[in-house]
Amino acid sequence: MDKERIDRIIDKHNCEPSYLIQVLLDIQAENSWLPGEVLERVAERLQVPMTRIQHIATFYKAFSLVPKGRHQIHVCMGTACHVRGASRVLDTVQGLTGIEPGETDLDLKFSLETVNCLGCCALGPVVEIDGKTHGKMAPALTADVLINYD
Amino acid sequence: MSEILLKIDGQEVTAKQGITLLDAARSAGISIPTLCHHEKLEPYGACRLCIVEIETRGGTRIVVSCVYPAEKNLIVRTRSEKIDRIRKMILELQMAHAPDSFILQDLAKEYGADRNRFEKEASFCIHCGLCVRYCAEVKKKNAVGFIDRGIRKEISFIPEIASKECWKCKECFPLCPTEALQAAYVLVEALAFPQAST
Ligand code: SF4
Ligand code: FES
Ligand code: FES
Repeated sequence: MDKERIDRIIDKHNCEPSYLIQVLLDIQAENSWLPGEVLERVAERLQVPMTRIQHIATFYKAFSLVPKGRHQIHVCMGTACHVRGASRVLDTVQGLTGIEPGETDLDLKFSLETVNCLGCCALGPVVEIDGKTHGKMAPALTADVLINYD
Repeated sequence: MSEILLKIDGQEVTAKQGITLLDAARSAGISIPTLCHHEKLEPYGACRLCIVEIETRGGTRIVVSCVYPAEKNLIVRTRSEKIDRIRKMILELQMAHAPDSFILQDLAKEYGADRNRFEKEASFCIHCGLCVRYCAEVKKKNAVGFIDRGIRKEISFIPEIASKECWKCKECFPLCPTEALQAAYVLVEALAFPQAST
C-alpha cells in the first residue's frame, strides 16, 4: 500500500488522533491487512504511540496483521448450523482449501474463519464468502461453490 | 479546595475534595493493599485488590478505593470478612499466573490465600499495567504496551524504541510485581537487538 493512499485515508479523517480506529478500519478495508510500514506511517501522521496502535490492531478481530486471501470464507459454527452439520462442512472446506480457520493459503486465494451465527439460522449450515451467503450447505456442495472463486 | 470529613475504620479522616478513598486512607496512616496503584500514575483500577466496603443507605457496597472519590460523611471499612474473602480469591487467581511472585506470596500469607488453589497457568504477567503506564505517562517513551485481549493479553516491547531507550532506563523493572517484565525484556533484547546493550 503506497504512502499516498494511506495519507488520503488519514486526511479524510482530518489527521485526528481520536479517529485512529476509523483510519485503521479504512486501511483494512482497502488493503485487507495492516502491514508494519503502514502502521508506522499512521503512528507518525496521527502522532500516536506505536504501542497503542498495536494494542488496538491486536484487540479487534476486524484487523489483520498478516496478509489475507482474495476471498474471505466464513463458516458458521453457531448452534443452529452446528446441529445441522456445520463441522462436516468445515472439514470439507478445510480439505479443499488446505487451510485451517485463521489461516490463508500460500497463493493468497482464500482466508478461512469460523463465526458464531450469521443471523440466518434457518438457512443453516451457512457459509459466507466475500459477504455473500450460501445457505443449506452440505459437504457435497462445497466444491461446487468454491470453484466459482479464483 | 474544600475539606471533607469521613470515617475510615472508625477513625475520623479529613480529606481534600476530589481525592480517592485510597489516598484519604493513606494520608491517615491506614493501609490498603494495592497492586496496580502508583502515586505517579493515573488511577487504573485493574487489580481490584484495594476494594473497601462503604455504607450506603442502610446497606453496604464494595468499591475500588484507588478510583473511588472520597465523599462527605462516608463510612468506610478497609477490612471485613467479605473483603478478606474477595482479596483472598483475587490473590489465588493471580497466583495461578505468577505463583512465585514475592509480593503475591506476602499478601497470600496475610489473607490466607492458597497458591495452589487453581491450576497453574504460568504467564507471569498479572496485567497490572504498571510497566506500560509508567513508560507512557512518566517516561513518555511508549516502549512497552499491551497486545491482544482476554486470556491472550500480554505485554510487548517495540524493539525499535526498546533498543534505543530501555538500556539506560529500566525504571519499570522494580515496579513489576512478578518479574514477568524483566523476562520479556531479556527475551526481546536477545531476539531483536542483542548487540545494543553490551
Ligand atoms: S509485566 Fe509486570 S508490571 Fe507489566 S503489566 Fe505484567 S505484571 Fe504488571
Ligand atoms: S447459527 Fe449459523 S446462522 Fe445462526
Ligand atoms: S490498586 Fe486499586 S484496583 Fe489495583
